[in-house]
Amino acid sequence: MFRTFIAGILLGIMAAGAGLYFLPAVDQFREQSMIVVHTNHGNTESFHVNVPTDRIMVGAPSQVSPLPAGLNWPDSAQFAETRAELFKIRNAKDAVVGVASRIAASHEVSGDIIEWVFHLPARGSAYVSMRPESADGGYRIGELIWGTREFAALEGLVTEQWVADVSGSEDAPAGRIEVITAFVTQLVDEE
Amino acid sequence: MKYLFSLIVGMAVGVAVFFLLLYYNPLITQTKLSPLSVTDNELINLNYSAVAADSLIYTNDGESQIAPHPAKVLQLWERPIRQTTAMATMLRNSRNQTVGIGIKFSSDSESTRILNGEAIVDSVWHIYLPGRGSLFVEQQENYWGYMREIVIPAYWSSGDNWRGIWNGNTTSGPGALDTATVVGGSGRFDGLRTEGVEALAAKAYSVDKGPVAIDGEITIEIPRPDPEVTPDP
Repeated sequence: MFRTFIAGILLGIMAAGAGLYFLPAVDQFREQSMIVVHTNHGNTESFHVNVPTDRIMVGAPSQVSPLPAGLNWPDSAQFAETRAELFKIRNAKDAVVGVASRIAASHEVSGDIIEWVFHLPARGSAYVSMRPESADGGYRIGELIWGTREFAALEGLVTEQWVADVSGSEDAPAGRIEVITAFVTQLVDEE
Repeated sequence: MKYLFSLIVGMAVGVAVFFLLLYYNPLITQTKLSPLSVTDNELINLNYSAVAADSLIYTNDGESQIAPHPAKVLQLWERPIRQTTAMATMLRNSRNQTVGIGIKFSSDSESTRILNGEAIVDSVWHIYLPGRGSLFVEQQENYWGYMREIVIPAYWSSGDNWRGIWNGNTTSGPGALDTATVVGGSGRFDGLRTEGVEALAAKAYSVDKGPVAIDGEITIEIPRPDPEVTPDP
């Protein structure tokens, strides 16, 4: 019986080791990527934020009703021209796929900035800088500055546009921020 | 029957022995010295409180140990973001003056290998420092040392808490020297590519509330500009 006990100990050690080795400790759920391939125009992927339902935070000075309720946004002068927002972001099938931050600020030294960080847990993150001025058609263009993991080897453009809801439905959101990415793999010089 | 009982008890003991060996493995250590401590370049230190209640907002799936703050903040309950936390916080310099806003997204990483002492979190910071510019920090963090020396002892404690002094770097990549990648976006930091390290200084932790007195620090190296080469007259 003692030998069986010793064999059990060895079996337990091996089972625990094998379990930790072979079973993933973390398994991020991944929604299907909705990438569209265009004729001679590369690939685009469309994301959107339903407003106001996907807004996590709106940090801006002098808000009458801050979001979320209880947010204690700094009232110091250095943040007077700063607006920071957090969102959930959705893919083209309206499924939440990640979170995003958007910072819009104006300062005489650092200039006008509008930036996004998209964080898709199963895929990676993208850091995007938008041009402050709007293009014709009411959208804004920006470029991918840096990407991590799946976005690491990419470069390209991003557009953002506010699209108001025209469905007239009672439970429809007020509108949505539509973000379209057009990323391609970076060209690498081969010597 | 007694052999089966003996085998089952033996296996339970074996599993316990395995986890004790893993927990006390002296080969797995936490980096306490920042690789940036030997640099002669300028360093930017950004401090924040890692306590959720001290942040502007902190949110997660709503079922985790750390409660979202404020209470009515939207929670990240959807399946693709359930293992993700989002935090917005004020950033302070070494003189404890508010210098900016930082937003941090952290997700449990699929590269986690408990067997190797790697409890990995993929995290990014979106930082804006008024008057200076904006930064993006990409890093992998290893919380094994934090769990081993703070969280697990707190669970073992009869008071369900931990008190002490613990300092450690959480950044474990992607840089070869366990550094984060820092990218400048605008202002003075426009075009910047450099490295950074995030560290935690813990004093108190509670099983009920999570971090009670823990400060975080992001250190970013600002490389010196290359000296202009002038032609030999």
